Amino acid sequence: MSTPVRTADAAAAAGTGGNRAPAAGGGTRLPLPAGPRRNPVIRVAAESADLALRNLLHLRRSPGLLVSSLFEPVLFALLIGYVFGNSLGGSAYRSYLVAGLIAQTVAFTTSFTTVGLARDLEQGMVDRFRTLPISRVALLLGRTTSDLTNCVVSVAVTTACGLLMGWRPHTGPLHAAAGILLVLLFAFAMAWIGVFVALLAPNTQVASSLGLIWLFPATFISSGYVSSTSLPGPLATVAAWNPITSLAGALRKLFGNTPPPRFPAQHGWPAQHPALYTVACSVLLIAVFTALSTWRYRTRTNR
Amino acid sequence: MALLGPNGAGKTTLVKILTTLLRPDVGDAFVNGWNVATEPEKARATIGMAGQYSTVDGMLTGSENLYLIAKLRGLGRRTARRVADDLLSRFRLTAAAGRPARTYSGGMRRRLDLAAALIGAPPLIVLDEPTTGLDPESRLDTWEAVGELVDDGTTILLTTQYLEEADRLADRITVIDQGRVVAEGTSDELKATAGNRLVLYVAEDHDLAPATRAAARATGATPTVDRRARRARRVEAAVTDGRAALGRALAALDEEGVDVLEIGLNRSTLDDVFLGLTGSATRAEAQPGGTR
Repeated sequence: MSTPVRTADAAAAAGTGGNRAPAAGGGTRLPLPAGPRRNPVIRVAAESADLALRNLLHLRRSPGLLVSSLFEPVLFALLIGYVFGNSLGGSAYRSYLVAGLIAQTVAFTTSFTTVGLARDLEQGMVDRFRTLPISRVALLLGRTTSDLTNCVVSVAVTTACGLLMGWRPHTGPLHAAAGILLVLLFAFAMAWIGVFVALLAPNTQVASSLGLIWLFPATFISSGYVSSTSLPGPLATVAAWNPITSLAGALRKLFGNTPPPRFPAQHGWPAQHPALYTVACSVLLIAVFTALSTWRYRTRTNR
Repeated sequence: MALLGPNGAGKTTLVKILTTLLRPDVGDAFVNGWNVATEPEKARATIGMAGQYSTVDGMLTGSENLYLIAKLRGLGRRTARRVADDLLSRFRLTAAAGRPARTYSGGMRRRLDLAAALIGAPPLIVLDEPTTGLDPESRLDTWEAVGELVDDGTTILLTTQYLEEADRLADRITVIDQGRVVAEGTSDELKATAGNRLVLYVAEDHDLAPATRAAARATGATPTVDRRARRARRVEAAVTDGRAALGRALAALDEEGVDVLEIGLNRSTLDDVFLGLTGSATRAEAQPGGTR
């Protein structure tokens, strides 16, 4: 690989229309094309919004993309609520279950983010965007925000399934609104993990399997479906600190759903402050995975 | 300006560095005076990129594609819409503007891709192998579009492995091989450096060997023999001193006692230059652009 040095020379020649640029200076700087100078934050927001709208257009053009968001929640509600449900406490269990289903649904929509971004990477759309003078984070931010749509659809379906199974919220609209906000915040945080997974995967196929695999342990080792205290040894500790547990717990509190009679109670700080812990985890996840993803996006070179 | 080279020569690598998709390992690269490694944002602002590795969004319509790029280049809504419409009509895509780009033919997609590269009027357009993988008709279509851009005075950096393409579209050609510049100049200059070629035809197969010896003696080069064309037993060799070589060849043929059907000096084609510069026959085979 002796390419770069000569390449760079040729580049200089090419860039300045055949006159070799002096090594130090870099030749005449052509003025940048005039464009409205904007505040960087507004710029990133505008670029992200443009890209998010593009993703939404995809959904409109090909609603089939929503199929998994529609049916996955129904599937889980049926499987867990009725295959395991009766041994775990019948209708009391199913009322308890819904918050767990919502938490799991939210987590599973990240696989959509992973696949969507991986496809853009593979098809070269990302390269097109990367040659544009736009912020590096805009493409990722556009993706994580537009995918909240999927999340909303999935959560709505889960909620509908819950209502059909006999689940009812026992608190007022303010609590429900707080629950929805919490779900959206957590969904946004999880989407950033999905983005990072897509950036790690070498192609769409790997991305779609990777994007699902990590979700199973991440969602099942929690108290989404059972009390985390009933898990053996270290798994109980993992489950207790899993934000899926705290999201489910927070939603149960906000909707006033109590565990079935024989469920062991949960202890520990996250169990006592589930909403606060979920918010803290979300913020942490967003901070860490935005940074990791942006770094990976910057340094990733497509084959 | 065309960048010409066989597969793996480093054309796309160079393009990726210039368009800031890759960072150079060593050295500096400047685009319109902006260092791509230290001021990538500014370098990107002065480049429009189209070709092999960039693409249009198949799910969006032609006009949505252009509108999106225009918005991302910082144009306002109304301006973006106008720019998109102008480009669509300029590239004869107005009729297809409302159809998803995935329904476009290869040539239409490339035209849309080209149009996208022009948004924001960047001073330099980089086209990476704009006609690779296109059928002949779409290729002509794309050439026409690029030709119009050149006529309008847009600076274009074009990479290609098709000699014909470089010959036809570029004012200046840089030939690179294995990451090195091996020649630079206008198409005519390059053809001149390769000199002329002595070409002779003999009537019988058994005349080929002595004719080849004679050609080798006269030119000092290794002649190539084309046996594939059955009727034309053709011997070719590069010459640098034209007329004198022709005289020597006639004398040598006389000594060998061979009759020739036809003998003459041909001006080199860009193919000859290219193959001469990039070396071995195996690699010449590996590069599909060498033949028409």
